[in-house]
Amino acid sequence: MTAPTLDPATPSATTTGTGVRLLGATPDGPVPLLDLAALLAVVEQAGLTGRGGAGFPTARKVRAVAAAAGRRRRPVVVGNAMEGEPLSRKDAALLGLAPGLVLDGLDVVAHALGTRDRLLAVGPEVDDRAVRAAASARSIAVRRLPGGFVAGQESAVVAALGGRPGVPRDPAVRVGERGLDGRPTLVLNAETLAHVALVARHGAAAYRAAAPQLLTISGTGGAIRHPGVLEVPRGTPLVEVIRRAGGDPTTCGPVLLGGYHGTWLAPSQLGIPVGDPRTGAGVVHVLDATTCPVRATADIARWLADQSARQCGPCVNGLPHLAATLGHLADAHPDPRLEAEVARVAALVDGRGACAHPDGTVRMVRSAWSAFGDHVRAHLAGHCPTPTSTPHPSGATR
Amino acid sequence: MSGLTPLSAEAMWALGRGTGVAALVLFTVAVVLGIGTRAGATLPGLGRVGASDLHRTASLTATGLVVLHLTTLTLDPYAQLTLLDWLVPFFGEYRPLWQGLGTVAVDLLVVIVAVSLLRHRVGPRVFRGVHLLTYLLWPVALAHGLGNGTDAGHAWFVALAVACTAAVVLALLWRLSPAVDQRGRQRVPRKVLA
Amino acid sequence: MTRLHLDWTRCDGHGGCAELLPDLLTLDPWGYPLLRGTGPGADRDAEVPRGTESAVRHAARACPRAALRLLDGTA
Repeated sequence: MTAPTLDPATPSATTTGTGVRLLGATPDGPVPLLDLAALLAVVEQAGLTGRGGAGFPTARKVRAVAAAAGRRRRPVVVGNAMEGEPLSRKDAALLGLAPGLVLDGLDVVAHALGTRDRLLAVGPEVDDRAVRAAASARSIAVRRLPGGFVAGQESAVVAALGGRPGVPRDPAVRVGERGLDGRPTLVLNAETLAHVALVARHGAAAYRAAAPQLLTISGTGGAIRHPGVLEVPRGTPLVEVIRRAGGDPTTCGPVLLGGYHGTWLAPSQLGIPVGDPRTGAGVVHVLDATTCPVRATADIARWLADQSARQCGPCVNGLPHLAATLGHLADAHPDPRLEAEVARVAALVDGRGACAHPDGTVRMVRSAWSAFGDHVRAHLAGHCPTPTSTPHPSGATR
Repeated sequence: MSGLTPLSAEAMWALGRGTGVAALVLFTVAVVLGIGTRAGATLPGLGRVGASDLHRTASLTATGLVVLHLTTLTLDPYAQLTLLDWLVPFFGEYRPLWQGLGTVAVDLLVVIVAVSLLRHRVGPRVFRGVHLLTYLLWPVALAHGLGNGTDAGHAWFVALAVACTAAVVLALLWRLSPAVDQRGRQRVPRKVLA
Repeated sequence: MTRLHLDWTRCDGHGGCAELLPDLLTLDPWGYPLLRGTGPGADRDAEVPRGTESAVRHAARACPRAALRLLDGTA
C-alpha cells in the first residue's frame, strides 16, 4: 500500500496564546508533576479527549486505571505512537519536533498514578531517533513494535509489548484492569500525552484558549499542494485548513475526515470545525476531481479487509466480501442489487469482533452514501460521473 | 484372593476381558464422536450439543469400564495384576510389553480425563493440547487389546478390532475431506493466535 | 443485569450455542453466532433475559472453545 508522501516537518504556526503549542520548541524546565486529584481536575477542566481516534475522555481513562491500581498491582503507562493509520503523520511529527512534550506527558501521568513504569510504543514507520535520545535521559523505554493497521489498537499494543502477537485481545479483559504483565495499563496516544503536558504546564484556561490540535492533511492528484502535518486551533473550519494546505474547497471532491475508519464529507459539509466528533485521529484527505470516490471507498475497504487480524470469524469473512461488493459497485456495471448487498454485509460485520475494525470500516462505507449518494446511484445505474478516473493510492494491493 | 472359588475366578477373568473389550468399543465411539464434534457435526435428533454430550458420556463410561477392568483383573488370581501395574508400565508378570501398553493407556487416560473435567479452569489451549493425546491413547489401547488379550486370537475379536479401526479411519478421512473442512459453506479460516 | 459475552478471538463457529439458545442466537452465513434483534452499533454484549440464566450458563459450559461467558453488572 503506498502511503501519501507527506513531509512531517511542515508545522503551521498556530495563532493562539504564547507557548501553548504542540509542535513548537519544548520550554526549558521540568514539567510540573501533579498528584492524581490535581491532574484529574485540570484535565477534566481542559476537556481533554483522546487523540488516537476514539476520542475517549482522558480523565475518565486515567481515573479508571487509578482505581484498578488501588486494588491491584502498580500500573504501567504506555504512550501509543504506532501511527498505524496510513493517512496520519502527526505522531511521527510530534516525536520528531517535540519529543520532550510527549515524554513530559508520560512523566506527568505516571507520577499521578504513582508509578515509574513508562513506555513509548513506536510503529515501524516512525523515526524515533530524537525521542530515543530524549527518553534515555529519563529512563523511559522506547519500544519499536511491528506495524499493521490494527497493531495500534490499545490491547494489541499491550499484547505486543508483552511478547505476544500484536493483535487485539478480547475486550472483556480491559487493559486498564489487567494489561502488561497483568498490571493496570494506561495507554494514551502520543498526541494526547502532549496535550496533558501542555495542560499541566499552562493550566486549563490557557490551554482552552489556545486549543491546539494536530491534523495530517493529504490529497489525491493535485488536490492538496502542501500536504503534511498542521497545527491549528480547535474550531478552525475545515475549509480554512484545506486552503492553508494549498487546496481549493470549491473545486475539490469529497473529503475523508478521520482516517480510513472515518467519515466521508461532501464539499458542502466542509464548513464544520476541526474538533467535530468526526475529526477522529485528525486526518483530512481530500479527493481531487479525477478520483472517483466510489473507487476510493472500494480500494480503502479492500485494504482494510487485508489488514484484518483474522482472529474473528465475521471480520475475516465479511470484510473481504464487503470489499468485493464495493469493487463491483466501483466498476459501475449496472446492478441495483449491490446496494442492498452492501447494506446486508455491513450489518453482518458491524459490532461483531474483538475490536472496532469492522465497525470503523462500516462507518466509512456508510458515509459514502451520505456524502456522495448521487455518485453511488450513478454507479448503480451503470456509469461513473468522474471524468478520466484514476485509482486511489491505497488500491495498490488490488 | 486365594479364597476365590474356581467358578468366581472364572467370572472375574471373563469380566476382566469383557470390560476391556467394552471399553475399547466405547473408546472407539468416543473418538469417532470427538472427531465429529470438533467439526461441528450434527447427529439427527441430538444436534451438535447432543453429539458432544454423547461423546462425553461414552468417554466417561469407557473410563468407568477401565476401572472395572483393572479391579477385576487385580482380584483375579490368574491375571496377577498388582496395584503397581495400574500406573507403572512394563513391570507386570504376564506379557509385560503388551500389558504395559495397557498401563500406558491408563496413564494417558488419567491425564486426559482430569484435564477434560477441569477444562474451564485450564483454558482452551491446554485442554486442546492434552486432548490431542487421545490420538495416542486409542491406538495404544487397541494394541494392548490385540497383544495382551487372550481373545486376541479369536476371529470375533479380530473382526471387532478391524471394525473399530475402520470406524476411526473413516471418521478421519471424512474430517479431512475439503467439503467437511468448510462445513459445506464458503468460509475463510481464522488465524488462531491465542 | 447479566450480560452474555462472546470472546470473538476464541469462537470457531461451532454453533452449539445457537442450538441451545434459539431465542437469543442464530447463525450468520459463515456459521458464527448472531444476536437476534440487535441493530447496528449495538453493545457487543447481549442482555440475558430474566429466567434464561441457567440455559445461558449451560450453553457457556457446552462451548468447546470456552468462547461464551456470563458477565455481571453494567458495561
